[in-house]
Amino acid sequence: MATVAHPRAPLREDRRRRVPARGLLLAGALLALALLASVLIGGLESSLSDVWHAVMTPNGSVADVAIRELRWPRTVNGLVVGACLGIAGCLTQAHTRNPIADPGLLGIYAGAALAVVSGALVGGAALQAAPAQAVLAFIGALLACALVFAVGSASRHGVTTVTLVLAGAAVTALAGGLVSMIVLSNDSALDTLRFWQLGSIAVRGGMVPAMLPFLLAGLLLAAVNVPSLNALALGEETAASLGVDLRRSRTVGIAAIAVLAAVAVTLAGPIAFAGLLVPHLARWLVGLDYRWQLPSSAVLGAAVLLLADTAGRVVARPGELPVGVLLAVMGAPFFIYLARRRKLVSL
Amino acid sequence: MSVVVYPRALWVGCAALLLLLLAVVAHLMLAGRPLGLDEVMMGLADPPGTPPRLILQIQEFRLPRTVAGALAGACLAVSGALTQNVARNPLATPEILGVTAGASLGAVAVLVLAGGGHGGLSGAAAAVGLPLAAGAGAILFGGGVFLLAMRRGQDVLDSNRMVLVGLGATALATSLVTWMLTLGDVTNASQALTWMTGSLNGRDWAAVGPMVQVALPLLLVSAAAGRWLLLGAFDDNTARGLGLPLRQSRPLLLLLAVLLAAAGTVMAGPVAFVAMVCPLAARQLCGTVVPPMAATALLGAAFVVLADLVAGFLLPQALPVGVLTTVLGAPVLIALVFRAQRRTS
Repeated sequence: MATVAHPRAPLREDRRRRVPARGLLLAGALLALALLASVLIGGLESSLSDVWHAVMTPNGSVADVAIRELRWPRTVNGLVVGACLGIAGCLTQAHTRNPIADPGLLGIYAGAALAVVSGALVGGAALQAAPAQAVLAFIGALLACALVFAVGSASRHGVTTVTLVLAGAAVTALAGGLVSMIVLSNDSALDTLRFWQLGSIAVRGGMVPAMLPFLLAGLLLAAVNVPSLNALALGEETAASLGVDLRRSRTVGIAAIAVLAAVAVTLAGPIAFAGLLVPHLARWLVGLDYRWQLPSSAVLGAAVLLLADTAGRVVARPGELPVGVLLAVMGAPFFIYLARRRKLVSL
Repeated sequence: MSVVVYPRALWVGCAALLLLLLAVVAHLMLAGRPLGLDEVMMGLADPPGTPPRLILQIQEFRLPRTVAGALAGACLAVSGALTQNVARNPLATPEILGVTAGASLGAVAVLVLAGGGHGGLSGAAAAVGLPLAAGAGAILFGGGVFLLAMRRGQDVLDSNRMVLVGLGATALATSLVTWMLTLGDVTNASQALTWMTGSLNGRDWAAVGPMVQVALPLLLVSAAAGRWLLLGAFDDNTARGLGLPLRQSRPLLLLLAVLLAAAGTVMAGPVAFVAMVCPLAARQLCGTVVPPMAATALLGAAFVVLADLVAGFLLPQALPVGVLTTVLGAPVLIALVFRAQRRTS
């Protein structure tokens, strides 16, 4: 496919030419910093030599255990969840051509919440443990997404953006209504919901290997989808005339969003704001070209999530603030700043 | 200035008014121990010889709840029509302006932080503090979003920017609410969740009376905005060319939407889907480009009153009104999806 010029609106602030590689490098540096902070900072102060000791010659000391058993799985989990949310958010905004879209649009969080709450209602304590919750969330997320896709594509023309968004809103609302119906009549289910929906990367670190096949599948789908995104940004008709198979591109893209967001919601619960915020950060750093924007979203997503999680361990010592709260408290002002500063890019 | 009257809109408006009247009467009859129509009329008109118990039952217990439902529905529906028009997006609701999340933050903060131990919030804190905190949160967040979306030297308020800023503010408030729900014990959380679903339980004149004086003038003002709405359906340049003072109209309409949503939310909590579905329904029924204000308000009022009647009194288990509007609103939205598809294919 020929190189497609991306639709760069003549923006005043864009006259300073962005160098995408530099932006991605910056994001990478931020991620390195975040990884280091996530391993070093916690209830127990650790130094670099502690980390070195834990990696090379572990002997079961408290510091070793804290780093190897607690912080490392948590950090890996944050890395995976952040990258998934970043990519899923970027793909969602690309396919809907809507800068306010996030993966929750496809009913993923609502479906997961409904499954988790139903589990608590039916199964009692057995289905309220973290691994069972994770499995339920994964199934619920994928089911909701499949339903949205089925409703949204129930015409001869296949799935269009508008119908997909509407179907997503409808399914989200329906699942949300059922969730409130359940939790308003069952205190145990409410108790489950109120802690699950906070979102945390601390408890399900051990689930990462089980999610690995889905993660790889999602990443592969996203990678396959990238070449058509720049053309899609020009509008569906233009993209079609440039040789993009619209239906295939949409299906692959939505499958990628579904799998990646489902992995994220399984491992961390609903951390919705990351999917909205991160693509905006990526565009700010590397510009509109999706070949740069998508990888940057992955890197930035991981970095932002880990930084928020680490900050949550520091601000409320000796307790912790959950990552979702910190992310919104730190991210929302920045998001508003971005929205104010830039002339809005219509995707 | 000429006034355009659409005959079909007029008919729909009359039908909606009739529906609202029926809904109100049915609500007064069936909200609790079933009463006959004659008893309701007696309780309302209060002729000599009416049993005091009946007057108390109708005027002090049932009427405030019915009035709160009708006014909240009207406020939310009109606010939705204004938001959809200004954002030029049929899915835009007052929720994205930060109003709902701000109100929830205020209410949940009171319920959880002042609720104390078992049994939750009651007394003066519940009657005055809760609406006050919800209203303060709504105005603070809605107004904050509005101010942050403005830029100095900018000609017209950019509605896209406003939506983005609103989303950021909503994310902030929502995550704080989620966190607060985990702080108190589960009774407080349950009470907070009921409020956040939208509920008309236990409304009395002390809470509803002042809101009537706020909501009615707002609704009247918005009735005058019809022409601006019609022109606002065009793109910015066309609208300006046709004489729409965008610089003034857009901020004013948004401010009105924020205030209406705040008033509605304070009265009934954030009842879902009223703001999204009622303007769409009014538009489709009337066959007009923009939803006529009167029909929208009447439909919204009837919708909430009927939903409260069914959810609160006719179902085997009493539920907050918001649960039913959500479960009813979602299929309506799905139906709209299919309708739109049939039209395009």
